[in-house]
Amino acid sequence: MTAPRFDTLLVANRGEIACRVMRTARRMGLRTVAVYSDADANARHVREADEAIRIGPAAARESYLDVAAVVEAARRTGAGAIHPGYGFLSENGGFVEALDAAGIVFVGPPAAAIAAMGDKSAAKARMAKAGVPLVPGYHGSDQDDALLKAEADKIGYPVLLKASAGGGGKGMRVVESSDQFQAALDGCRRESQAAFNDDRMLIEKYLTQPRHVEVQVFCDSHGNGVYLFERDCSVQRRHQKVLEEAPAPGMTAALRREMGEAAVRAAKEIGYVGAGTVEFLLDADRSFFFMEMNTRLQVEHPVTEMITGQDLVEWQLRVAMGEPLPLAQEALTITGHSFEARLYAEDPAQDFLPATGRLERFALDLEGAGLDPCQVRLDSGVETGDTVSMHYDPMLAKLIVHGDDRDQALATLNRALAALDIQGVVTNRGFLQRLASHPAFKDCELDTRFIEKHEASLFAPRHYTTEAYAGAALIGLHQLARECESDSPWDRHDGFRLNAPHTIRIALSDPGLAQHQAQDTAGVVVEGRREQGTDTDWQLTIGNETLSARLERLAGDAVAVTLNGHRRRLQARLVDNSLVVMADPRGETRLFWRRIDAIDHGHHEAESTLTAPMHGTVVALLVEPGQKVEKGMPLMVMEAMKMEHTLTAPADGQVAAFHFNAGDTVGQGDVLLEFTPEE
Amino acid sequence: MAIVTTQINPRSALFQANEAAMRKEVARLRELTAAIGRGGGDKARARHEGRGKLLVRDRIDHLLDEGSPFLELSALAAHEVYEDAVPAASIVTGIGRVSGVECVIVANDATVKGGTYYPLTVKKHLRAQEIARKHRLPCIYLVDSGGAFLPRQDEVFPDRDHFGRIFYNQATLSAEGIPQIAVVMGSCTAGGAYVPAMADESIIVKEQGTIFLGGPPLVKAATGESISAEALGGADVHAKLSGVADHYAENDAHALQLARACISRLNWQKRGRLAMQAPKPPRLDPAELYGIVGTDLKKPFDVREVIGRIVDDSDFDEFKRYYGDTLITGFAHIHGYPVGIVANNGVLFSESALKGAHFIELCAQRKIPLVFLQNITGFMVGSRYEHEGIAKHGAKLVTAVACARVPKFTVLIGGSFGAGNYGMCGRAFEPNLLFMWPNARISVMGGEQAAGVLAQVKREQHERDGREWSAEDEEAFKQPTRAQYEHQGHPYYASARLWDDGVIDPLQTRDVLGLSLAAAMNAEIEDTRFGVFRM
Repeated sequence: MTAPRFDTLLVANRGEIACRVMRTARRMGLRTVAVYSDADANARHVREADEAIRIGPAAARESYLDVAAVVEAARRTGAGAIHPGYGFLSENGGFVEALDAAGIVFVGPPAAAIAAMGDKSAAKARMAKAGVPLVPGYHGSDQDDALLKAEADKIGYPVLLKASAGGGGKGMRVVESSDQFQAALDGCRRESQAAFNDDRMLIEKYLTQPRHVEVQVFCDSHGNGVYLFERDCSVQRRHQKVLEEAPAPGMTAALRREMGEAAVRAAKEIGYVGAGTVEFLLDADRSFFFMEMNTRLQVEHPVTEMITGQDLVEWQLRVAMGEPLPLAQEALTITGHSFEARLYAEDPAQDFLPATGRLERFALDLEGAGLDPCQVRLDSGVETGDTVSMHYDPMLAKLIVHGDDRDQALATLNRALAALDIQGVVTNRGFLQRLASHPAFKDCELDTRFIEKHEASLFAPRHYTTEAYAGAALIGLHQLARECESDSPWDRHDGFRLNAPHTIRIALSDPGLAQHQAQDTAGVVVEGRREQGTDTDWQLTIGNETLSARLERLAGDAVAVTLNGHRRRLQARLVDNSLVVMADPRGETRLFWRRIDAIDHGHHEAESTLTAPMHGTVVALLVEPGQKVEKGMPLMVMEAMKMEHTLTAPADGQVAAFHFNAGDTVGQGDVLLEFTPEE
Repeated sequence: MAIVTTQINPRSALFQANEAAMRKEVARLRELTAAIGRGGGDKARARHEGRGKLLVRDRIDHLLDEGSPFLELSALAAHEVYEDAVPAASIVTGIGRVSGVECVIVANDATVKGGTYYPLTVKKHLRAQEIARKHRLPCIYLVDSGGAFLPRQDEVFPDRDHFGRIFYNQATLSAEGIPQIAVVMGSCTAGGAYVPAMADESIIVKEQGTIFLGGPPLVKAATGESISAEALGGADVHAKLSGVADHYAENDAHALQLARACISRLNWQKRGRLAMQAPKPPRLDPAELYGIVGTDLKKPFDVREVIGRIVDDSDFDEFKRYYGDTLITGFAHIHGYPVGIVANNGVLFSESALKGAHFIELCAQRKIPLVFLQNITGFMVGSRYEHEGIAKHGAKLVTAVACARVPKFTVLIGGSFGAGNYGMCGRAFEPNLLFMWPNARISVMGGEQAAGVLAQVKREQHERDGREWSAEDEEAFKQPTRAQYEHQGHPYYASARLWDDGVIDPLQTRDVLGLSLAAAMNAEIEDTRFGVFRM
């Protein structure tokens, strides 16, 4: 094969991976070209590229997935190679063929390798042949419902139903018992058909204590192959990875070699070139089973980079240029430990509903948090001021850390998560913090069902301490003062009272509690008093507790709160006008600040009687007395001024009695019926 | 820059004694204020809260912007005036910030005599309205009152400045574009019904507020109709049938939130314009005020030491420093607001009066608010002074003070005696607000002087009758006068009768003046036209 040199690289992707690929490309002296949809016209990857080409409207199908548009963009800009990133066209054999036809280098494996791994059933058959261990399962092409069910029964429940063409958790379902099989199959087929235009299914034994351990492999076009060790991606939410780490805890040198060599074997079996990932399920007894091979650069590749000191994108580009692998297996070593946390715009409290909006602030102040820039890396596709749209994957950024060992790296991860300053868009940051600080995670109790197992503690309402409320109250006060940029003494928020200590009252509640309990939770009222002449010293009363408190303003968002002589430095900010957030190196406190104007007092009481709004005639009675009705249900129709007027139930309850019958004339204000609301 | 330099020695015995004495007075004032703040006592408070109602000061806290100041007025009203204790005259008034707008708040305290109107309750309510008019501040009435205190109807009902004046004020304030908001949180009976009815907007609380001209007992007596208070004039009646109330509230907290919403919809803009500076705290330590002033009026102090601890950066630019130096005049800033300060530093002479009149003319011309710091025994007496026309010179000062249409604020920081009170903008001269320090005294002359004058008359009588009048007899004669003057000249006595707007801790003077100035800037500063100055 001749060496296909190129000096311009087009990145057929968006978000953090586009930025990340271009960073390395630029360092290697390549000109970078971005492509963008209408929704991304102002996106960060467009701003960072040397050139950018619009490839279509917001919908991915009409832009980032449009092969012709991407090829045309490469042609227009003279790009000699295309890096697909992950997702979108990265594992699309048709795309690779189109590039081959156009004489453009695809930074990735040959189409045949993609095809070999793209069909999961066929892939498993080949892997079995190559001596790669497989999970018991059915990968046949006969897709008869009854046969599939019989196979599932044979494997034994629980089983995992998976779309043959699938990935990313779509068309995938765990079936717990035989009687649930058919419904699950129907659901998976529907999803798979919609997502991949293919409804073939495979069935696998569902392991109960499995860990997701994957091996990074690399092959060049000269027949060399190496493994860059493993990553543990066990912490997943609905088969989406959330936290990843490398190396995998509890690995032995022998197992690492065994798995690594199996992975290289798998790659060579299909004539692989470039970066690939072989995913295994690792059971508690250290047996491992091939799951699938991802024929692309993975989202979580940075943890491998952190422990090996290698730039995998550089490797990809060198291999694409026809160079041999930069290092041989013997030259690769593991240094320290690394974690990656995926930051999503989503609301964990609302079943991870994707969130959108404008990022009022998106920053990581390493210096302020006392973090070593060599140990923390933020791969981000967004910046302050960017808009998060509904069109694409809601991942905003990846936070990657490195430490000498796992404990050190984990501590750094927690500190870095707390130091992230994100405003304007709801994110899973707090959830990531709860995960990363979870004792079971610290103790390496890893398993792909980690989140389900620890759901109670990961989503439990937090009970903040008196100190947390006290600190938040002072910060609330501080924010009030900052909002009013006025010299008027009326705009100071010092609670001035005549001949008495200054008095403040701040109401706070925990938004987590509010989610779990009634909407209008009682919250906590913090009352503060301070003597004249001391600007910052407060006596705060919360319930029966009193603490002395002092607030100092430091630079930027930083404040120092001293409670009963214990001084802490905090980052404090106001999010969405009603939330006080304090972050210290160990975590954050989010408290809903119940501003007096924001409290919902609820309104209209249920009426016990319904009166005629005007003079008219009763047309019909629509329910029987005593019949249970729901709020809003029509009870009676009357006609007045030639218009029909329907009286509806003011609440759930029942009509105790009607005072008129159809045809009766009623006067304005007459009580038409007696209504008993449900207690 | 003219930074006040201090001569005081905080280690001196005099300073220490002054400090201790003033500290005691302030502690007493704060204790009394706290006791008054508890309203009608624990039992009445528990009963009130038991009905699901907020206590009056909690209502105000809910109404105000979080953490914002509240300048309560005349908390000592009716203190030791009536046979019964009527804390705060059963009504809390003050200036507070609601939805970013400074407002006058008038709130009945139903735990005190059912919130009924004693004569001083009426006076305090009217005074609050007068302050609203003068400062152009929206009024919020938190109504929870049984109406006039019937046993004293002759002092409450018939005269010009009695109960009816409340409604006259509501009408005329509204006519001036000063919003009138009423929140009915309890009874509003008879005349009281006009508070919400005369309001621009009114709010009523479900199952708490009632409005009627005649309550159920009167209806029963007059017509024989038997009806509950709620059915006669509750929230449902007025929000749904009569239209007397505009907004329907579920409870006290909701009602106060609705009141805040009303204020937020006023499209309110301050009209006062002053060339502001960035506020700076005084360079001199305000905490030293106690030791400088003390409580013994006979011990003089340099009023510049006081000014330097009240004004921004202790920067006081004196006018005519070397002329008529018993009256100190000059320019300064308080919380960034420019002010002209007129302060006594001894007895008033002709020159001092002329200087004061000149300075007031300057401030009126430039529309700079005036602050008077009173510590005055009066004008100088004696033939030399009468002959040089001290009466007409004093009259010039009094004319200037009376006519100046800039906001005027008076603080009695020592004695306030005789015509000195007039020349220094006493109550009769309608300062926007007038406050007293706890060491101050106010009377037509000092107790000693009054006793001396009366004793002199008595002695002449004795001498005409040829009778002996021993020194002991004279002393015994003087004692009751001295005692009477001391009692009646005391700030608590004065404040109980609304001769001022409150007794304040000297340390809060700067903040009180700052808040007052800022509130006054809701109104436009008018042009001044002076009367005839006798030359």
